[in-house]
Amino acid sequence: MGPARTLAEKLWERHVVAARPGEPDLLYIDLHLTHEATSPQAFDGLRLAGRAVRRPGLTLALEDHNVATTADAVLDPVSLVQLETLRRNCADQGIELYSVGHRRQGIVHVVGPELGLVQPGMTIVCGDSHTATHGAFGALAFGIGTSDVEHVLATQCLEISRPRTLAVEFTGQLPPEVGAKELILALIARIGANGAQGHLIEYRGEAVRGLSMEARMTLCNMSIEAGARAGIVAPDETTLEYLRGRPHAPTGADWDTAVADWSTLATDPGAVFDRTVVLDVDGLTPLVTWGTNPAQTVPLAATVPDPQTFADPLELAAAERALSYMGLRPGTPMRDLAIDVVFLGSCTNGRIEDLRSAAGVLRGRTVAAGTRLLVVPGSMQVRAEAEAEGLHEVFLDAGAEWRLPGCSMCLGMNTDRLEGVERCASTSNRNFEGRQGARARTHLVSPAVAAATAVAGRLAAPADLA
Amino acid sequence: MEPFVEHHGRAVALRRDDVDTDQILPAEFCKRVVKSGYEDALFARWRAEDGFVLEQPQYADATVLLAGRDFGIGSSREHAVWALRDWGFRAVVATGFGDIFRRNALNNGLVPVDLPTPVVEELMALAESAEGLRVTVDLRAGLLRRPGGEHPFTVDERARARLLEGQDVIAATLLRNEDIEAYEARRPAWLPEIPRGAFDRTERSEVGA
Repeated sequence: MGPARTLAEKLWERHVVAARPGEPDLLYIDLHLTHEATSPQAFDGLRLAGRAVRRPGLTLALEDHNVATTADAVLDPVSLVQLETLRRNCADQGIELYSVGHRRQGIVHVVGPELGLVQPGMTIVCGDSHTATHGAFGALAFGIGTSDVEHVLATQCLEISRPRTLAVEFTGQLPPEVGAKELILALIARIGANGAQGHLIEYRGEAVRGLSMEARMTLCNMSIEAGARAGIVAPDETTLEYLRGRPHAPTGADWDTAVADWSTLATDPGAVFDRTVVLDVDGLTPLVTWGTNPAQTVPLAATVPDPQTFADPLELAAAERALSYMGLRPGTPMRDLAIDVVFLGSCTNGRIEDLRSAAGVLRGRTVAAGTRLLVVPGSMQVRAEAEAEGLHEVFLDAGAEWRLPGCSMCLGMNTDRLEGVERCASTSNRNFEGRQGARARTHLVSPAVAAATAVAGRLAAPADLA
Repeated sequence: MEPFVEHHGRAVALRRDDVDTDQILPAEFCKRVVKSGYEDALFARWRAEDGFVLEQPQYADATVLLAGRDFGIGSSREHAVWALRDWGFRAVVATGFGDIFRRNALNNGLVPVDLPTPVVEELMALAESAEGLRVTVDLRAGLLRRPGGEHPFTVDERARARLLEGQDVIAATLLRNEDIEAYEARRPAWLPEIPRGAFDRTERSEVGA
C-alpha cells in the first residue's frame, strides 16, 4: 500500500500521460463536450494550422447556448451563422452532434450524464465553466477556454498544473425544505465568490451521501461560483444506480470491471487536504441572493443587509454598488420583493427532479398576476420525461410557459432575456450585473423557492403558501 | 504567438472587485465566430454609463489595466480576453484572478499580474493622479516596475517560458505524441466512445424540428 491519497490525487494521477520534473503534468482527456458558442474559433485554429481532430469519438457536440426555446422563434442571422458553423465543423471532423430538434439535444451538462457518457474516474472538459457539474460522478471535470478547446481537439490532452485540494465537509442532517442549491449557496457565502481559487473541492459528509445524483450535479455545478477549478463527490451505490443501463454505460463483464475500478475512487483514510471547510447544515433554511455575486446570499427569512455592517471596506463598497444596481434598500424583508419573472431551468436546475420539485409546489395553484414563469427543461429527454409524467400540464395549468431545451435565460444569449430593470427569481447559477439582460436584477433560488415565488408574486418558500 | 518579454505603457484604474467575464464581455457578443474585433464589446454595459474610466481621454492609450480583487471570475469565455487584447491591453494587474481567465489570458499573451491589494491600491492612486502612471511589465524578470519602485509577481512557470519564446503550445504537445499513444494503449477498453450516428436522426422528435 502506498501513502494515503485524496480522490482528487487518484483522479489526477491516473490521467498523467507523462510527468516531467518541474513542469505541469500532461493530462489525457477522456471526454470533451462542446457547443456552438466557444468552439468556432478552435475549429478555425485547427484548419489554419492544418491539424486534424485526434479522437473525434471522444467529443460530443450539442446546440444549447444560442438556441431558441420556442418552436416558432426566428433566430437572428448571427446566431444562425454560429449554429451552422458548428454543424459544418462537426460534419467535417466526424464529430457526433445533436442539433435542435434531435431527441438527444439539450444543455451539454444535462445531456452528457443522461447518456451515461459521464462516468467515475474520467477526465471531462468543455468550453464552459459549468463543466464542474460532472464532478458529481467522481470525475475530474473542468471548464476551459477556446484555446484549450483547440488543444484538446488536436491532442486529446492538456498541460495543467496540479490544483490544491479543499475538503468541504457538510455535517448534520439536511432539513427537508432545503437541498443542494442551499448547500452550495451556503458554501459560497462562507468562503466568497473566488474563495476556492486554485483548488479542487471534494464535497464530503452525510448530507452529501444522502443527495441524489441530480442534486450532486447541482452542488458540483456551482463549484465555479466559489472560484474552484472543479468539485467532486466520490462515487457510491447512488452513482451506480444512476449509471446502470444508460446508453453509454458499460455492460456485461465490462460493467463488473468498471464497478471494481470505481470502488477504489474514494479518499483514503488519513489522506491530507490542503485546506478544509466544515459547514453544519442543521437548521439551514431556504437561501436567496440579494446582490450581484453568488456570495451575496441571505436566508429568505432575512432582510436586505446594510452595507455599513460589513467590516471590510472593499466588501462594503461592493455591497453598496450591488444594492444600487439591484434597486434594494437595507432592511427590506427579502419576502417583500416583488418578482416579475421566474426562470426555472439551466444546467444547475433544469433536470427532471428540479421540474418535479417545482411542479409539486405548483400543482393546483396558479402563477400570480404580473409574474411570468418560464420553464425550460435541460434537455429533450427531460422534456419528454416531464411530459410522460404530466408535469407540463401542471406548469401550463398554472399559467407557466413550457419551453424547448437550451441555456435560455441563464445567460440571455438567445431572446430569453429580461427587459429593463425586471426582477427575476432564477434557478440558474449567476446573479452578475447584466447577465440576464442589460439591467436585469437576478435573485438565485432553488426550484422549490422559484415555484413558490411564482405563485406568491414575491420571493417565497413553499411553506409560505396558504 | 508573438513573444511577450517586456511591455511599457500607461496604466488605467478600474476600481471594481469581482469583475466577472459577463461584465468584461456580455454574452450576446459570444455569438460571433471570429477571434478578433471584440474591442466594441469590452465592458459594453459600463461603457454605456456616463464617465466610465476607459472612455476618459487621458486613458485612451492605456495598455495596462489595474483592477480590484478577483478579476475575471465566472464564465470560461475566452472572448473576454480577446476583448481586452483587442482594446489594446497587454497586462491586467489585480489581486487574484479567476482560474480559467488566468489560463485564457496566458494563452493569448495577456499577462495576469497578481499583486497584493495595498500595492494595487497604490498603483491605482498613481494612475489617477494628474501625472498618470506608466509601468513596465517585465515578464523575464517577473517584475512590475514603476517610477521609484518595483513589485515581483509570478505566473505559471511553463506559460511564462512559452510566452517569452512565443511558442505554439499545441505544437509542443504534438511533439509528445509517443507518450500520448502509449497512454492511449493502456486506457481501459470500456471507457465510452461516441460513434457517428450513435442516436440516429430517425430519433428526431416532433417538437422544435
